Amino acid sequence: MKGMKKVIGRPKYLKEVPNHYCPGCGHSIIHRLLAEVIEELDIRDRAICIPPCGCAVLAYYYIDVDMVEAAHGRGTAVATGMKRCLPDRVVFTYQGDGDLAAIGTAELIHSANRGESITTIFVNNGVYGMTGGQMAPTTMVGQKTTTTPKGRNSVTDGPPLKMCEFLSPLDGTAFLARTSVHSPKHIQKTKKAIRQAFQTQMNDEGFSMVEILSQCPSNWKLSSVDSCRWIEEGMIPQFPLGVVKQRQTEPS
Amino acid sequence: MKGTILIKKAMCKSCGLCIEACPKGSIFISKKINEKSYFPAEFDKKNNECTGCGLCAVMCPEAIIEVYREKK
Repeated sequence: MKGMKKVIGRPKYLKEVPNHYCPGCGHSIIHRLLAEVIEELDIRDRAICIPPCGCAVLAYYYIDVDMVEAAHGRGTAVATGMKRCLPDRVVFTYQGDGDLAAIGTAELIHSANRGESITTIFVNNGVYGMTGGQMAPTTMVGQKTTTTPKGRNSVTDGPPLKMCEFLSPLDGTAFLARTSVHSPKHIQKTKKAIRQAFQTQMNDEGFSMVEILSQCPSNWKLSSVDSCRWIEEGMIPQFPLGVVKQRQTEPS
Repeated sequence: MKGTILIKKAMCKSCGLCIEACPKGSIFISKKINEKSYFPAEFDKKNNECTGCGLCAVMCPEAIIEVYREKK
């Protein structure tokens, strides 16, 4: 364009293909942030991603880094093996709430407790997206899903699982943060948290996790704009944003 | 005119998040359908009020908005 300078465009390591996500989905925003952070830190040659089972199972079609697909929930176990074999690589898992908070809880807790130098990107949208909107461990109390048509009942189903607070007492965890992608401001904060989590791993400080509240317009039965509003009004009061744990390392 | 944007209409899914993010209200839903049967977002070129802030590109889930600013 004549006399104009390009200031923002598609990140270099996000492939030029249309993605399969529903309109307004938070996954595609998070993919873009990961591609941007990988470009800024210049770690494309040594980044290894472990995609999940769930909506983001085809992440290897979109982010241009090496990927190893793990069995459902076993992302952090595969990442542990990767990191131990190739300690100079930046290994991160990308997991949803069914993958990480339901079937993969055991792997996650023990990886975090061992203090493995891996990063987990936890996409929390409160439902099982790919299978059709069933209740997840992180579903809000009162939220309607296909398996809780009258809303989640805290007596029979329990309250939502707060993964960041749950992992914070463990000695192995170094950086835990909860962010959101429902507005431009929060997207920038999410990018900063992802960068900090990668830095934590590259400094070999321990386990790092970024929990990202993401919108799922299709399964929440809301429009894209209304689902962003629902994160603000419904999710953030129950899942407070911010850095939950940051281990201070002594200067050497 | 301080800035302008380019939207790759063929990849737009008409989610409307850029319209919500634009502080000047310079983006609207097109009346023409695209290859994927969505009504894509379109930039209002006639009364160009774009400042090149880039909020639409930060919000766009498909990463198909390019933001340009005038050279100083």
